[in-house]
Amino acid sequence: MYAHDLELDLDAFEGPFDLLLTLVLRDELPLADVDVAEIVVAFCERLLERGALDLEACGEFLVLVGGLLELKARGLFPDEDADGSELGPEEAAEELARRLEEYRRIREAADWLADRLERQSDRYFRLGPAPLAPRPERRPPAQDQQALVHALRTLAAEPPGVSVAHMALRFPPVERFLERFRALVRKRRAFLFDVEVRELSRIEQAAAFLALLELRKSNEVALDQAAPFGPIRVSRSRVERSQEWKTVTSA
Amino acid sequence: MEDRHLRLIVASPLDRLGRTLEALLIVASQPLSVEELAQASGVDPSEAEAGLELLAERYAEGRSGIVLERVAGGYAFRASREEAEACERLFERPAERGLSQAALETLAVVAYTGPCSRPEIAHVRGVAADSVVAGLVERGLISEAGREAGAGGAVRYRTTPLFERVFGLESLSELPRLDDLGGDSEEIRARLEAVADSRGV
Repeated sequence: MYAHDLELDLDAFEGPFDLLLTLVLRDELPLADVDVAEIVVAFCERLLERGALDLEACGEFLVLVGGLLELKARGLFPDEDADGSELGPEEAAEELARRLEEYRRIREAADWLADRLERQSDRYFRLGPAPLAPRPERRPPAQDQQALVHALRTLAAEPPGVSVAHMALRFPPVERFLERFRALVRKRRAFLFDVEVRELSRIEQAAAFLALLELRKSNEVALDQAAPFGPIRVSRSRVERSQEWKTVTSA
Repeated sequence: MEDRHLRLIVASPLDRLGRTLEALLIVASQPLSVEELAQASGVDPSEAEAGLELLAERYAEGRSGIVLERVAGGYAFRASREEAEACERLFERPAERGLSQAALETLAVVAYTGPCSRPEIAHVRGVAADSVVAGLVERGLISEAGREAGAGGAVRYRTTPLFERVFGLESLSELPRLDDLGGDSEEIRARLEAVADSRGV
């Protein structure tokens, strides 16, 4: 690929690079309008597309672009003598005045447009799909990150397993304890309920307590408890003792 | 007797045409010319104009929330000025929001001298116009209009119908004459000559 093969599509020019150079050298295209950086970018893109580095083409391009830049730089700093010799002071002032006048008119036209725009600010009309105005931003109250972490951690924890142990529960017969407690009070007169059931399971303790209530109901035993949750003392009821006494005396 | 249909509202042909025009204008997102409206309604342009006159009266400013306006070489519905406050709460105006002085000057150059190229705009304003032109193209206020004659001609730009609509212009001829703007040119010349004299040129 050689530099003169380069096809350009610039704002001020479209065509091959060598035509651009010809137009510039003939003063048919003002170099001030040509963006040299765009030419360099176009060349680099072409070089990348090729993949291989062509040193000869790069060298030629550098020389041409270097020359173009020098010409442009000279154009940016014109020789004052050369320009001054063409225009007399009055002509130069006239030219400057003409251009300033032109610009002033455009400035006033821009002011007219700005004023017009201001007066049209209450005219609303459909313009394709109407874009919605941005909604006012609502800031949420400040949040503690740790609280979120804690909440998530709670959710992420494995839930405790569901116990089905109660489904296999069998209540021991209350009668067993009725007989046992009757035998105990006959033998010892009194005993501590808590001591007697200490070794039993919870369900057996419950059945034992029911038996105790049954005995109390039928007045076979008397119950004493010094304080709530204190040990329950079970003793023979007075009725039982008097009947026993009667039996002994009659015998 | 039972074959006769009872019609409570009998629309006149003009009324009927008015409804058709209303429907076309409410669907359109840009101004429609008399020719376009006539063609779509299947009537002559003169009939369409008569229908539009009827609508212009019905949708005059202050009579409804909708106003029929003549803008950008055609007819279009817009919101009544009285309802601008409510519209402003819901819609924004991307095309004309935050137009800078540079953008307005560039628009003025394109509107008065277009189609014109970026170098021509830069020549009048004295500074490069590349980014301003790109911004105006993006807003849809100007668009490309071919290239300058000859090999490698620069892209030229002109204003769009949206420009006329945003600025409420029926056409570009509503712009003030450039010769009427710019103030006293003699004053500029005198000032320049005074500067030249003071420097001994």
